[in-house]
Amino acid sequence: MDQAPEESGVAPLRGTLCLTGHHLLLSPGLQMTSELWLRLLRSVAEAVRLGGDSGIITQRCKDLRVLQLEILDAEESLDIARSIEMAQLLSPGAVLPGIGITSFPFFYPFKGLRLRDAWHFHPPERYYKRTAREVGAVLGEANEDFSLSADDDALALSARFRRGGRFPVLSYHHALSGTVLLRSSQPLTGPQKRRRAEELLRAGLAGARPGARGFIVDTRSAQAAKQARVTDAGTEAKAAYRGWKRRHRPLERGRPPQESFMCLVEACGDLEQSIDHWLSRLEGCHWLPHVKEALSTTCLAAQGMEREGACILVHGAEGTDSTLLVTSLAQLILDPLSRTMAGIQELVERDWIQVSGHLAPALRPPSRNPASLCPWLCPLPRPVTPSSCTMPTWPSHLFLDCVWQLGRQFPLSLEFGEGLLLALFEHAYPSPFGTFLCNRRDGLCEVRTRTHFLWSGLNQPKEQRRLWSPIYTPSPLAIWPSVEPWSLRLWQGLFLRWICPPEPSGAAWEKGWQIVTDKEKTELLQPSFSLWAPTLNAGSLDSG
Amino acid sequence: MEHIRTTKVEQVKLLDRFSTSNKSLTGTLYLTATHLLFIDSHQKETWILHHHIALVEKLALTTSGCPLVIQCKNFRIVHFIVPRERDCHDIYNSLLQLSKQAKYEDLYAFSYNPKQNDAERLQGWQRIDLAQEYARMGVPNSNWQLSDANREYKICETYPRELYVPRIASKPIIVGSSKFRSKGRFPVLSYYHGHKEAAICRCSQPLSGFSARCLEDEHLLQAISKANPVNHCMYVMDTRPKLNAMANRAAGKGYENEDNYSNIRFQFVGIENIHVMRSSLQKLLEVNGTKGLSVSDFYSGLESSGWLRHIKAVLDAAIFLAKAVMVESASVLVHCSDGWDRTSQVCALGSLLLDPYYRTIKGFVVLIEKDWISFGHKFSERCGHLDGDPKEVSPVFTQFLECVWHLTEQFPQAFEFNEAFLLQIHEHIHSCQFGNFLGNCQKEREELKLKEKTYSLWPFLLDDQKKYLNPLYISTSPKFTVLEPNTVSFNFKFWRNMYHQFDRTLHPRQSVFNIIMNMNEQNKQLEKDIEDLESKIKQCKNKPTDGILTKELINSIHPESPTLKTSLCFKEQTLLPVNHALRTIEGSNPADNRYREYAEEFSKAEPGVVSLEYGVARMTC
Repeated sequence: MDQAPEESGVAPLRGTLCLTGHHLLLSPGLQMTSELWLRLLRSVAEAVRLGGDSGIITQRCKDLRVLQLEILDAEESLDIARSIEMAQLLSPGAVLPGIGITSFPFFYPFKGLRLRDAWHFHPPERYYKRTAREVGAVLGEANEDFSLSADDDALALSARFRRGGRFPVLSYHHALSGTVLLRSSQPLTGPQKRRRAEELLRAGLAGARPGARGFIVDTRSAQAAKQARVTDAGTEAKAAYRGWKRRHRPLERGRPPQESFMCLVEACGDLEQSIDHWLSRLEGCHWLPHVKEALSTTCLAAQGMEREGACILVHGAEGTDSTLLVTSLAQLILDPLSRTMAGIQELVERDWIQVSGHLAPALRPPSRNPASLCPWLCPLPRPVTPSSCTMPTWPSHLFLDCVWQLGRQFPLSLEFGEGLLLALFEHAYPSPFGTFLCNRRDGLCEVRTRTHFLWSGLNQPKEQRRLWSPIYTPSPLAIWPSVEPWSLRLWQGLFLRWICPPEPSGAAWEKGWQIVTDKEKTELLQPSFSLWAPTLNAGSLDSG
Repeated sequence: MEHIRTTKVEQVKLLDRFSTSNKSLTGTLYLTATHLLFIDSHQKETWILHHHIALVEKLALTTSGCPLVIQCKNFRIVHFIVPRERDCHDIYNSLLQLSKQAKYEDLYAFSYNPKQNDAERLQGWQRIDLAQEYARMGVPNSNWQLSDANREYKICETYPRELYVPRIASKPIIVGSSKFRSKGRFPVLSYYHGHKEAAICRCSQPLSGFSARCLEDEHLLQAISKANPVNHCMYVMDTRPKLNAMANRAAGKGYENEDNYSNIRFQFVGIENIHVMRSSLQKLLEVNGTKGLSVSDFYSGLESSGWLRHIKAVLDAAIFLAKAVMVESASVLVHCSDGWDRTSQVCALGSLLLDPYYRTIKGFVVLIEKDWISFGHKFSERCGHLDGDPKEVSPVFTQFLECVWHLTEQFPQAFEFNEAFLLQIHEHIHSCQFGNFLGNCQKEREELKLKEKTYSLWPFLLDDQKKYLNPLYISTSPKFTVLEPNTVSFNFKFWRNMYHQFDRTLHPRQSVFNIIMNMNEQNKQLEKDIEDLESKIKQCKNKPTDGILTKELINSIHPESPTLKTSLCFKEQTLLPVNHALRTIEGSNPADNRYREYAEEFSKAEPGVVSLEYGVARMTC
């Protein structure tokens, strides 16, 4: 069917629209360039059809793009809008009776990749083994296969004591100061349960330097933590945790950051607004304060470890979103290994994909049943209601933005560039890869065998220039970001990516690469000459 | 120096401006004839030129001493605590005297001596030659000629001696027109676009009042439009807001009446006057000086200061100008009230957009020399070099630099210079160390005999080019001949490295430019090595069998490439095992960042103990 889609800020394109099982495809007429234009159906967050006989569909995509399709026939436009809506309703892992799994990653033929390749590229076990060597294996196996080590009573007790069974686990071991970063969920403070959890944390302290102190960073405000007592949860009682002190750093979670994000996306869509209007909207969105709070809480935790030599336990209510945000950012600040390409992939895999279980509220509203011991050991994902999937935001938007801020302040210290962050952002939503598909590691065993793995897709050599930073210089030092308001900037590459394409800066990036590769070329030539010289020498001696 | 009573004060504390817990460095304060110097216990030196001081304040006495706050024109703010009030008072008085000189002859430039002889100094002044610049543009030509009307500054005191006017404009017309223009600043050529044969001209407002007209002035404008063979219709841009221009009519000034002039299109572009700009910057600095500023307050402060709005207005005007020349091949006449503030901004930025030459280091210097210095931007009054009317001070040139910075942000490959170059120029418009920016017009500069008594800044910048080069610069890209910046609101950002350039601790940074620069240089060095070696190998092949020579060849690799050596050292350094002294990256220290206040919570004792301490403190106080 013929129609003219219009992109904001781009000249309208005329062509034929095709709707397949997974894609929305626009092919321009023969007279035009062969430019094809493809969207995954699931990437459409919202398709609004205007009333009347105009036949205009406005699509808001999850990658922040806004498309307008003008379809000549009003009847057809209605059909298309309905089809798109239907496609959204399907959960990614949904098994339809008689059809089987419909999700696209199961059908994605990636050129140059074999199935089952590299699903074990970054096994978290490897990381824990490495750390275990350093720590002396105090904390037990990290919940391998989601079954608690049966012989370790303390762990099991602690698990029962913590909301959702998320007992304190090791997130990062800082070798230099011998301190550890732990994370958990809030304690369930029943009168009998108090003593038992102490054992575990004492063990944590014992593993660190003698005389080390411990700090519990609660990502809720003191008041919110008190309120949680109503549901038999709350905070660690001071008396029961000798050697541990509690600090509250309220980080907003759930709805507020999500609304801020959406509000900012909307503000960025208006090209005509005056500077004053733009600044007041930027302020009103309140997104950057979230970034600032996340970074400063992280720095507090990281500094506690590095400077004060204290062990840190981070938890909020569930021990998921904001807790993960803090622990993973702290690693980026302290751990030079996690700032490499392999390191960040390992970190995302370990902290967000495998352990979190909370990656995809985009796909499924989180279970909030306090009675259930392990709500994150979820059943198969259910189909979602449309209301919960309009432009959602997983907590890692905040994570990605924080990492971007780190990268902007320390351009030499990250081995990956903005490209990787954008790729992660894109793939966390509809993606041809199966990595982000379900909420838990073994949620769908078939994901592993029948879909491609994101990291193998990203680690292709052809992606190098886009994802890697040309100017990375390894350094073993910690990077302490500035959290002053003027040091934090709007992430234009994300929020404005479809509005003002960053052409010149992209060209500058390319030029940076060119200079670096030139350097490598000449450096490679250099040793070949010096190697060559002795042979010449030998030859000349021979003939002499 | 008669103003200095105390030259050295010990045990002075330097407070961190943004710390909420009053952290400080202790050191010694020295007062010299030209500088205030603070050396802290780590032997780190802080030099403050007296001429940079905008404001000295003595705050109320505290238990630890007498606080002295110094605000500088380059946006440095230091907060000392001097233990004895008498010392503080002495220093305060000395600084008051030293920072506000009454005579030009007392400025630093007249005593500064970089150890050059007279010939070298003169040569330095001749490095920038405006006649050469006009020749580069292609004037004089068949339509434009050099006028000798102002040779003795008889027609206009604030214009330079050499002025370019349309060939058909006779001297009586020029004289007549100058009488009709404020301060005699009649329309003259600022930039000539050789390819489009269009000209950018500048002048001051006409003395038109409500109905006055001047035939000579009308003739001169017509001559300008006729000097453009492509498009006879010209634009007249009044860079003021319409309301301001109308108000001027009551004072017998105002703007051109379109009916009286043939072939002109009149346009207001609405840039605010120097007083609005001054208070806007004042607000901006106030917001940014707040301790514990939240992100929301920062943005609402940024909005209410209106600073970015003004920057956008200037840039928009320049874009309008560039478009008129590029798209319509039309000549443009730019004026404001007196034609030395907004007019300079718009003409300079417009030429910068049109001509890639002005985006080189040398070209940018030429541009400043031409549109700012020679056409009489009142540097001494706007920068407050002497003790004068504070209402004449305004950050007009700072705004121009900020506009250029915004362009470099949007076009990272189009400029030969980097941010450091802009900051360095900004530093020196206030420093009074060189003669370039002293005085308010060329006539005044000649009377001061600046070329004999002071040095020019430009040779120092041009000879030190390496520091200011942008490694990403592409000199010959057709994409960047004319810049078309996008002035959508998102593109206007707070220039942190200008307004917080001395708050080093607040924003850790790693310089991408430096590392790319080094890599570029290493590349060149290595390529040179390869060439050398190849030529030597050829020699070897020609000369049969010489063991010594080949040994030489091997040895020659390292000695010849010092940069490679340094790069190897650099790599070794980064691979060094981590010791406790070396835990952070350049300037990035958790103790310097704001979250250290949170960290102090860690060190706090248990609440019970704290309250006891409070009790004790109260009893002792």
